[in-house]
Amino acid sequence: MDKVGAFGPEIRVQAEDFDPAVEAARLTKGRSDVGALVTFVGLCRDEGGALAALEIEHYGAMAERELGRVADEAAFRWPLLGLVAIHRYGLIEAGGAIVFVAAAAVHRSAAFAAADFLMDYLKTRAPFWKRAHLSDGTTGDWVEPRAEDDEAAARWRKSGP
Amino acid sequence: MKAIYFAWVRERIGKREEEIAPPREVSTISDLIAWLAARDENYAHAFEKASVIRAAIDHAHVKHDAKIDGAREIAFFPPMTGG
Repeated sequence: MDKVGAFGPEIRVQAEDFDPAVEAARLTKGRSDVGALVTFVGLCRDEGGALAALEIEHYGAMAERELGRVADEAAFRWPLLGLVAIHRYGLIEAGGAIVFVAAAAVHRSAAFAAADFLMDYLKTRAPFWKRAHLSDGTTGDWVEPRAEDDEAAARWRKSGP
Repeated sequence: MKAIYFAWVRERIGKREEEIAPPREVSTISDLIAWLAARDENYAHAFEKASVIRAAIDHAHVKHDAKIDGAREIAFFPPMTGG
């Protein structure tokens, strides 16, 4: 991957679960220049008990590359010291983790903004598709994209840092 | 070139991927969607709302006016719902 700035964003696309605490700790281990670490974990919610799991289809050959492009864009926009994005695929039961984003910087504003941007952009650009598996054992519909997600991504085009 | 489909586009067409050989006059993604949609009712169903279909050429997002000349792999899929 092309490196932007002094570090290469770490991108992982995997079926396995991850430990957010372990992933976060790796960004600050053995260094003392990080003043702010923002982490985000996206979870599979049960929609009031109606949803048992989400099945996540992905375009393997493109997913890591596209996440890398979004991460490189974040690293270009903000002065970051580290950036990690992990996205899972396959069957994820309600309560399970789907996505992880962490941004490390000297100050909190860059770390918050980069993590927020990364989530907004990956939702509309990373090739993943969710389908609901319902609690009654049936397979539900493909999840519809939300207009709010497009709007959230669009706001970064209007106001740069 | 290889065509590859995801989510409900894949389900409606009934296959994950295939080799395609569009004629020379099919030069853009938009042309290719129309050419595929004319194949049979399954393709027509998958591409009935062409404007919502997203496309990628060789693993990068493209718009519908993108040229397909030289493409090795063209993907068609619904709007993404990851994250």
